[in-house]
Amino acid sequence: MTREAILVLEDGTTYHGHSFGAEDSIHGEVVFNTSMVGYQEMLTDPSYAGQIVVPTYPLIGNYGINKDDYESRKIQVRGFVVREECLEPNHYLSSGTLGQFLKEYNIPGIYGVDTRAITRRLRTSGVMMGIITNDKTPEQALAELKTLPRYGSEDFVRQVTTDAPYQWKPEPASPKKSKQSLCKVVALDCGLKYNILRILSRLGCEVTAVPCTTPPQDILNMKPDGIMLSPGPGDPELLDYAVETVKQLMGKKPIMGICLGSQLIARAFGAKTFKLKFGHRGGNHPVRDLDTGRVYITAQNHGYAVDPDTLKNGLEVSHINLNDDTVEGLRHRELPIFAIQYHSEASPGPWDNVYMFDKFMEMIKEAK
Amino acid sequence: MKPSKVLIIGSGPIIIGQAAEFDYAGTQACKAMREEGVISVLVNSNPATIMTDEGIADIIYIEPLTVDSVSRIIEQERPDGLLPTLGGQTGLNLAVELADAGVLDKYNVRSLGTPIQTIRNAEDRELFKDMLLKIGEPVPESATVNTLEQAREVADRMGLPIVIRPAYTLGGTGGGIAYTRGELEQIVTAGLSASPIHQVLLEESVEGWKEIEYEVMRDGADNCITVCNMENIDPMGVHTGDSIVVAPSQTLTNKEYQMLRTASLKIIRALGVEGGCNVQFALDPRSEQYYVIEVNPRVSRSSALASKATGYPIARVAAKIAVGKRLDEIPNAVTGKTMAAFEPALDYLVVKIPRWPFDKFASGDRIIGTQMKATGEVMAIDRTFESALQKAIRSLEFGKRSLLWEDQNWEMGENINSYHLKPNDIRLWAIMAALRRGITIEQLTEHTDIDLWFLNKFQNIVNMEKQLLSESLTPELLRKAKRLGFSDEQVGTLADRLTEQVRELRHEWNIRPVYKMVDTCAAEFDAATPYFYSTYEEENEAEPLQGNRAVVIGSGPIRIGQGIEFDYCSVHSAWALQEAGFKSIMVNSNPETVSTDFDTSDRLYFEALDEESLRDILENESREDKSGGNIPSPSIVQFGGQTAINLAEPLTRSGMPLLGSSADVIDLAEDRRRFERFLNQIGVPQPPGAGVTSVDEALNIAKLIGYPVLVRPSYVLGGRAMEIVPNASELIRYMNQAIELDTKHPILIDKYLEGKEVEVDAIGDGERVLIPGIMEHIERAGVHSGDSMAVYPGVNLTEQEVETIIEYAVRIGLGLEVKGLMNIQFVIMPSDKGSSVYVLEVNPRASRTIPFISKVTGVPMVKVTTKVMLGESLKEQGYETGLWEKQDLVAIKAPVFSMSKLVGVDTYLGPEMKSTGEVMGIDYTFDAALAKALLAAGLMLPPQGAILFSIADRDKPEALPIIRRFSTAGYKLYATEGTAAMIEAAGLPVTMISKKLSEGHPNIIDIINDGTVNGVVNTITGGRVPLRDGFHIRRAVVEKRIPCFTSLDTARAAAEALVNGSQIYSIQPLPRYRAGKEKLP
Repeated sequence: MTREAILVLEDGTTYHGHSFGAEDSIHGEVVFNTSMVGYQEMLTDPSYAGQIVVPTYPLIGNYGINKDDYESRKIQVRGFVVREECLEPNHYLSSGTLGQFLKEYNIPGIYGVDTRAITRRLRTSGVMMGIITNDKTPEQALAELKTLPRYGSEDFVRQVTTDAPYQWKPEPASPKKSKQSLCKVVALDCGLKYNILRILSRLGCEVTAVPCTTPPQDILNMKPDGIMLSPGPGDPELLDYAVETVKQLMGKKPIMGICLGSQLIARAFGAKTFKLKFGHRGGNHPVRDLDTGRVYITAQNHGYAVDPDTLKNGLEVSHINLNDDTVEGLRHRELPIFAIQYHSEASPGPWDNVYMFDKFMEMIKEAK
Repeated sequence: MKPSKVLIIGSGPIIIGQAAEFDYAGTQACKAMREEGVISVLVNSNPATIMTDEGIADIIYIEPLTVDSVSRIIEQERPDGLLPTLGGQTGLNLAVELADAGVLDKYNVRSLGTPIQTIRNAEDRELFKDMLLKIGEPVPESATVNTLEQAREVADRMGLPIVIRPAYTLGGTGGGIAYTRGELEQIVTAGLSASPIHQVLLEESVEGWKEIEYEVMRDGADNCITVCNMENIDPMGVHTGDSIVVAPSQTLTNKEYQMLRTASLKIIRALGVEGGCNVQFALDPRSEQYYVIEVNPRVSRSSALASKATGYPIARVAAKIAVGKRLDEIPNAVTGKTMAAFEPALDYLVVKIPRWPFDKFASGDRIIGTQMKATGEVMAIDRTFESALQKAIRSLEFGKRSLLWEDQNWEMGENINSYHLKPNDIRLWAIMAALRRGITIEQLTEHTDIDLWFLNKFQNIVNMEKQLLSESLTPELLRKAKRLGFSDEQVGTLADRLTEQVRELRHEWNIRPVYKMVDTCAAEFDAATPYFYSTYEEENEAEPLQGNRAVVIGSGPIRIGQGIEFDYCSVHSAWALQEAGFKSIMVNSNPETVSTDFDTSDRLYFEALDEESLRDILENESREDKSGGNIPSPSIVQFGGQTAINLAEPLTRSGMPLLGSSADVIDLAEDRRRFERFLNQIGVPQPPGAGVTSVDEALNIAKLIGYPVLVRPSYVLGGRAMEIVPNASELIRYMNQAIELDTKHPILIDKYLEGKEVEVDAIGDGERVLIPGIMEHIERAGVHSGDSMAVYPGVNLTEQEVETIIEYAVRIGLGLEVKGLMNIQFVIMPSDKGSSVYVLEVNPRASRTIPFISKVTGVPMVKVTTKVMLGESLKEQGYETGLWEKQDLVAIKAPVFSMSKLVGVDTYLGPEMKSTGEVMGIDYTFDAALAKALLAAGLMLPPQGAILFSIADRDKPEALPIIRRFSTAGYKLYATEGTAAMIEAAGLPVTMISKKLSEGHPNIIDIINDGTVNGVVNTITGGRVPLRDGFHIRRAVVEKRIPCFTSLDTARAAAEALVNGSQIYSIQPLPRYRAGKEKLP
């Protein structure tokens, strides 16, 4: 058995477990995710930068780690909290265990804690900062936590974005070769997930990911047919530079925003965002398309939402969350702009919303 | 368009492949109809169901599930909708038949939820395959055939092994995997005859692939969700109903999970199902290749399991969708805040284990394959796989059989081939035994194709066993063992302590289970009506309930001898508690039932029904009183069958209060010596006999009272191991076996009296004894009461007999100070001066006839009983001592068997119960009620036909009048040698047929198989081991699915029904029968 470790929340609640992955101390915003599968996609999702993630499903690591399920080049979470780590995974694609994976990227984890109790705490008190440590007392950890930067004060987007532009290479064995004419999409990488690139590429797009700080003129100079505003971590209020970029692009090219991308569009049009009590993270959130009345099961990962009462300048709500009526989608009345707060690229999560990318393609076609 | 009146078809009697899950589904549907303001008309032939209760459906018909009877109901009620998807395969098939007969069109009845064409598309293998190929979903290579010739050709082309699936059958009846040509011939022949359309599918074998199921919902607006997926631990090749199943899937990556989920949604859309649908896949463990294996466009056993595993009430939602609601308009009743348009998130896992009947049918073929053999199932919930598995095993209630159990006859060597690793009912134990002896998980996966992930978990359990054996018990070790699901008893066995000592240590070290919620959302939202499971973790979410409350102990898995009747009783007790202002706390382990529905009780614990788990729950539900002492919640043990009654003594011993009759009363009735003394005191005769514990003792008693004797162990249900023993050598054999099984309790030996059997269910409050009704058995004593046809009211009893029975029942009830229910069985022996009544048995608990009697007499027995237990006397409830007003109707309960599913089991009726379910025929006259009972039980012979007799010598004189009746009815007679001689001597025309199977053709088996005869009457020669010929005859009849009468009494009844116009019967809502014929307008 590995060293004992504790998870201490900023309200002082302490959970005792054992270390796995990197034997190190780490702090971050503690959030829970209710997906029952897809831990590798979760771990490598850049939107989790700065966060300690707690999957609510108790058995994690069952099918190991494989080369196909990366959503970015590395683990992005700060720390990982599980009820039970699987030491003997089994899957034909598996090349290692969850613990080894965390260790490889120097990410601390803690196992053996009552993850449901943590979830209930976060649900009632809201998400809060926490610290995983194996060499401090709860009191010491709590004292230290008070001195560390808060989640809402850090710009994680700059930490996770690509250093330089790169073009996505389609996977060799793409099952369905699209006969659609090639169109060019530039993706502003605020925390891109590979699956967005995979799907666009499968739809016949030539996709280039660019750093979040790329000047808008540089993007337009690349002559894209459409622009994808990616998901990403943190408080959109810290991202004035990205909002500014969006302002320069809107109206000039068709734009689709996903998650953080949606919030950037909202802010570019003058709307406000706010922090949700405990966020939406999981693969089972029902979203209603206000046009058709249809309900879609979506993958979600966001801690902030757009305030619908502040929407103006032609931007309107297109989708809402059935559970709490928060905004899940936006569109512009005139301009070729739409956005969703959930993850049409799934990964992890249901594939029901991939059609959103088709809508993006249609929008591009119309604009051509 | 919302219908105004909907006909719901129930699933009929409990049989293998179709159990309590459909009562659960139907009950939810009826409640949903009421909420939606739609009038529900329900038809079911099974009286032991909640759905057939007044107050659940608006209009209830307990009538045979035949086209004729349901057509008449449609004609009378004129519903505008039909809900065919809640009555299992029976419901679907009947709906298709009604459509084919033009009844639905004629009366303008719309099939709701699933269009009739969809049922055909999903059931007809060819149409189904075409549909899947059209939407790009892969299916194994296959071919549909209607003859054996065609099957041979296909096998030549596709090669062996090959899977055989008959069309339109339950639980894969008649199917299998053929590895050899011989097996091919055999299984195809059986499959063709099992299929009502004589069609079987031959299919490429994907044995060893992962088997994954999805439960999907779709509404009229095309919104689709999946409720849950499930993974079978037993890979492809074992029927899903016979597989150990875990939910959610454990070994699938996100991609695989979503790939199959997406395929499921595509399929439900293509089928156009509005409601629930079950999709089964085979997934290659080494690639992304998968096949769609089966689709059920209806609620199913799997959907009941998925509902209980997730808290998502599939049947309820499906019913609402059927009347036009959209998923986003239906509230999620568990959270109370969110909508049904979402997918449940689990933060625990569940393990389901089937309950097979091989404890009763030791001679049955225990190999498990594509034909389902389990009668029921259990589910356990926890946050480790190991613990969910071990708790599920505890829930099976196989005596003391934990995972530690090993069969002493197993070889268990170093060679892996010395373990029984082919799929069978005890394979799990064989795997554990192999692991204990150093067989590796890699070897095991090679032999069984079970995923290494699961085998690793089994290995963890074995490793803990070794730790407990070798290390001293510390708080850390004990906590770890509890987290892995080790019971106190297992820990005690391994760590050399008494169970009670382990419990004390746990308390000393503060190692107690906490209770967590099943809330559909992994704690994301607050829950309004959650249910609970135990786990060894930090936070307890089940604060003790405040106010008056009581625990109802349920009956566990459906098994032969303990069926759905006890769930019926448990549910009614919970409701009665609520009516009396008490909070009801239900404990049960069976996912198929109404009792484990989240809104049946105020609080539900989904837990094993054993001493440890009950005591833990009761301690959790204890409250401190003012002086600091604990007030535990009282328990009700009378309704959960033998499972619950067996807990009376341990609970009492540990200071937990019971409501109703005390543990001592229960013991008195079970203890032969105490009971005999008691009956003597109150002057009630019983057949001579005694309880014995040794062979010598047994022989002495038997000699004293004379053979034949009736022998049985005490403290069992369903006549388990009960036999009629004709001589001393048989008695020695029996005693040796029985003693080996159980040394704690004595064996009971009674003089076997071959008289008329009568039973009553009565309610006592200590001062009065109410007897709602008397049931007279059609079969004489010696046939287990659960397997007998029972008639209410006792139409052939004399006034004096009735008076004696009531007198005895009252004396016993008052003498025992019964507070609650008791069931008494009597035998009436004719003598020169009238007749004598003897008491065979008294059981101070609910019996399986409670729902039957409650329904036919209108006395809500469970409610009255529960209130008596809470202190409201019979008098206060308006009842007096004695027999309740006799109803102007006749109701006959008939048993239903699942013998065609159980190869190797002999079907003759005896003292050991064999039936799995029951039906009721109710009408104004005996003949009509009998006709309906026979029809519903599948025992009705066609108006014209032929019947075969093979009668034991001692029964021949008695058989002759019966044979005459068949002849009068115009039946052609066939008989074996001796019987034919007798018939001929009596001057009746008869065709003799040889029963010597080795001496040429046509022999008796031939004329059964080729359809020459429509039924068989075959009595056995006595003794326990029947002749092999007789056994083969009976099996042939069962497999041909024609009536087989092994009791002359049943045969007599069937003959009477033929002669007396079997087609004339009423079709009325249940309460109308009670109103009496003459009172009708």
